Amino acid sequence: MGAAFYIAAAIAILSTAMVITRYNIMHALLYLIVSLLSVAVIFYIYGAPFMAALEVIIYAGAIMVLMIFFVMMLNLGQQSAGDERHWLTPRVWIGPALLCLFLLAELVYLIMQPPAPPAGEIVMVDPKAVGKSLFGPYILAVELAGMLLMAGIVGAYHLGRQKKKITHRFLERATQ
Amino acid sequence: MNYWWIIGGVLFVLLNTAAGLIWLERRMLALWQDRYGPNRAGPFGLFIVLADTLKLFFKEDWIPPFADKVVFVFAPAIVVASVLMSFTVIPFGPNIMVADLNIGLLFFLAMSSLGVYSIVLGGWASNNKYALLGAMRGASQMISYEVFMGMALMGVVILSGSFNLREIVEAQRKIWFIVPQFLGFVIFLIAGIAETHRLPFDIPEAESELVAGFHSEYSGMKFGMFFIGEYLGVTLISAMLVTLYCGGWLGPDFLPGVVWFVLKTFVFISLFILLRASMPRPRYDQLMEYGWKVLFPLSLLNLMATAAIVLSLK
Repeated sequence: MGAAFYIAAAIAILSTAMVITRYNIMHALLYLIVSLLSVAVIFYIYGAPFMAALEVIIYAGAIMVLMIFFVMMLNLGQQSAGDERHWLTPRVWIGPALLCLFLLAELVYLIMQPPAPPAGEIVMVDPKAVGKSLFGPYILAVELAGMLLMAGIVGAYHLGRQKKKITHRFLERATQ
Repeated sequence: MNYWWIIGGVLFVLLNTAAGLIWLERRMLALWQDRYGPNRAGPFGLFIVLADTLKLFFKEDWIPPFADKVVFVFAPAIVVASVLMSFTVIPFGPNIMVADLNIGLLFFLAMSSLGVYSIVLGGWASNNKYALLGAMRGASQMISYEVFMGMALMGVVILSGSFNLREIVEAQRKIWFIVPQFLGFVIFLIAGIAETHRLPFDIPEAESELVAGFHSEYSGMKFGMFFIGEYLGVTLISAMLVTLYCGGWLGPDFLPGVVWFVLKTFVFISLFILLRASMPRPRYDQLMEYGWKVLFPLSLLNLMATAAIVLSLK
């Protein structure tokens, strides 16, 4: 168990670092996928197989595909690598990096703080339990997320709607 | 030890099936189109598989200078790896199963959603406009068909009460799920064809408009990987159809479970090949419209109706 966790965690950290430092945006996205997959492995090890599956299906399998899709449409491959190199100067990243360093120090301090919670047995959370808690105590959050998604769908429909224009004389609809 | 035998056996059978399907598909297409097909090399032309493989191995393994080399090389591996990973959760017989995962069905969905990357990355890394067009079509087709592929499967999950494929098979002792879940079966079949981008939904390749779509720039064994991956995908979808809707390895006692599983899978593989021989390819926008406006509402309806009936019978 321990070894699997450390390997997955190391891959996650390494690949996330690669996401930040790659100049080619496509390569950065690929490293982000690897990072998500390793997080899924960690979920699986610590008794949340359902979350692990969702992480792969939704984040790695759907959202990242869409991101890659956009990058493909915008044609931001090697051409944008030069821009990135131009933008990623120490002057830009040193501020946020320092702030993150402080946060990291705080995190390490909190973890080192004495009464560390007893590392008890790993409790398996099966899909049924996830569903029960989602539609039990957290029903409000589910409803709110549903409303947000609905707004998104309506907005996307509004933006994407356009009258079909068919200029070819053979393809013109009979109902005009 | 027994465990390794199962893994080895499954791999051996699968890879040989995928190779054998090349011959089977050509022969059956020929049969349905009233011609002979490959019948020279070996008995019934079976050695055509060998000849094909040899040809692929000896072809120049060319990486275009304008391609993104690393991505170009590993894109074909993704499709084979993700399909082979999916096979780990399928119960081939009463005790023949590589991984008895509690989330088996979700694992299958996860792996099939990762399979999209091979098309997208292969098309993008080729840096060729036809490949890019194929990749974009592939991405949008597979993402949208994946949505209601999952939706259609939820009917089975409701009936059996589990994501574990072994338990799903066991739950079909009384009646195969194809009877109460016929709509789900049809939707899953259509989504499965789209997911493996076989004809009539081979829009990412569409050789009459896009040269060869996302794998235009590939040659040699890299192309072979896409080729084998497609046949493995056909086998996977057939095996999933059998497991989820047609009772898996269940069958009358005079034959062992594995044999029933193989026979049923073979029937669906033949169906896939027959589809290729008989259906024209729809236009790209027709495919998307059909998916989102017909199949998606139908799968939602199926899910709600199944849930309501199961709840009222409780």
